[in-house]
Amino acid sequence: MEYFGLINYWMVIILMMTGFYIVIAHDNLIKKIVGLNIFQVSVFVFYITMAKVKGGTAPILADGITIYSNPLPHVLILTAIFVGVATTALGLALVVRIRDAYCTIEDDEIENQEDNA
Amino acid sequence: MGFMAVIGFAVARLRNLFAVVMLTGIFSLTAAVLYVILDAVDVAFTEAAVGAGISTVLMLGTLALTSSEERVESSGGSKWALLLVVATGCVLVYGTLDMPPFGDPTAAIHHHVAPYYLEKSGQEIGLPNVVTSVLASYRGYDTLGEVFVIFTAAIGVLLIIGRPKFGRRRTHRMLVGELSNSMRNNVILRVVSKLLIPFILLFALYVQWHGDFGPGGGFQAGVIFAAGFILYALIFDIDTARTMIPASITRLFLALGVLLYAGVGVAGFVLGGNFLEYSVLAADPVSGQHLGILLVELGVGMTVAAAMISIFFTFARQEH
Repeated sequence: MEYFGLINYWMVIILMMTGFYIVIAHDNLIKKIVGLNIFQVSVFVFYITMAKVKGGTAPILADGITIYSNPLPHVLILTAIFVGVATTALGLALVVRIRDAYCTIEDDEIENQEDNA
Repeated sequence: MGFMAVIGFAVARLRNLFAVVMLTGIFSLTAAVLYVILDAVDVAFTEAAVGAGISTVLMLGTLALTSSEERVESSGGSKWALLLVVATGCVLVYGTLDMPPFGDPTAAIHHHVAPYYLEKSGQEIGLPNVVTSVLASYRGYDTLGEVFVIFTAAIGVLLIIGRPKFGRRRTHRMLVGELSNSMRNNVILRVVSKLLIPFILLFALYVQWHGDFGPGGGFQAGVIFAAGFILYALIFDIDTARTMIPASITRLFLALGVLLYAGVGVAGFVLGGNFLEYSVLAADPVSGQHLGILLVELGVGMTVAAAMISIFFTFARQEH
């Protein structure tokens, strides 16, 4: 059962690779952003997994509890989620502008138009 | 987690972008549940509010402005992509073999600064929620930086698509028109949301001020506050919502929040401490910490709420 404790990390890797695949294999720009989001969530899950202590509770101090999970990764990920949504909004805004300029949000069609111009 | 992986695969296969966006929302909610199981209640709160709420709305906005169907194609690069991804995955799995097992209390991560935070923050800061203590006090610099990132991103969105249109532009389908023609005429939705919105705003304020003691804080409160207004704009009228909180006000609060945060830092200077040192703000250090954290969280909440509202309106008003 030595590998049992690593299953969470492996699920993270599966998620991460799914996101990575979406980013590199799809030409649709919105799909790429969704892929980046999945990748991002997998990193969050990775951090939160590391923060968990067996038998611990949420890091809100209370009497009679001695084991808490590690609060530091929680803080990092909390703010990272906000930075994530802010950058996603920025990316989506760029997609809207690209659509205005090229009438398409498919990467290869944009490249074709660039070559022909 | 298996459920999350299934959703991930579904997202990779689906061509209908509308379904993809909906699945991302479910994905975020599942992630939030997972965070609760792993004891990260603050993070779960954030993920549920941001991932399932705000980013879904923003994605839908973009879909309405662009197209909701992905072009079907058979590109040869996809096989190489799959190969590359599998290879990378294998390397990463090999890397995890050295990781400490899940939940191991002797792992290196739990023996650096974390025990200090858990043991001392009760006396030094006097707040039961350690996450808030670390966020606003011990790592105040980081959080200030994050707030600046959100501020900058909101400004970026406003600059990129916030201006009146230029160049050639076709009439897009209306984001709000499409959604709300059916929603606006739905009596149940109207009545229920009218009842709910005051409570959403009230809950946001509760989360803002209670963040010191339970899960919550400025970040979550800001998003919930923004969600109340976004709900109003979706169900009723976007122009009415905009007259309630004009662009000038959201922009003012956007800057004011960051300013308040940095101002608290500078106040620490003036009173003879370090930047963002709250202990000097009041007569005894613990109440100084309380005051500092309260003000800083207020600044964070203001910036986040204003940023989310202005980003939403920028997307929603594109096609007028």
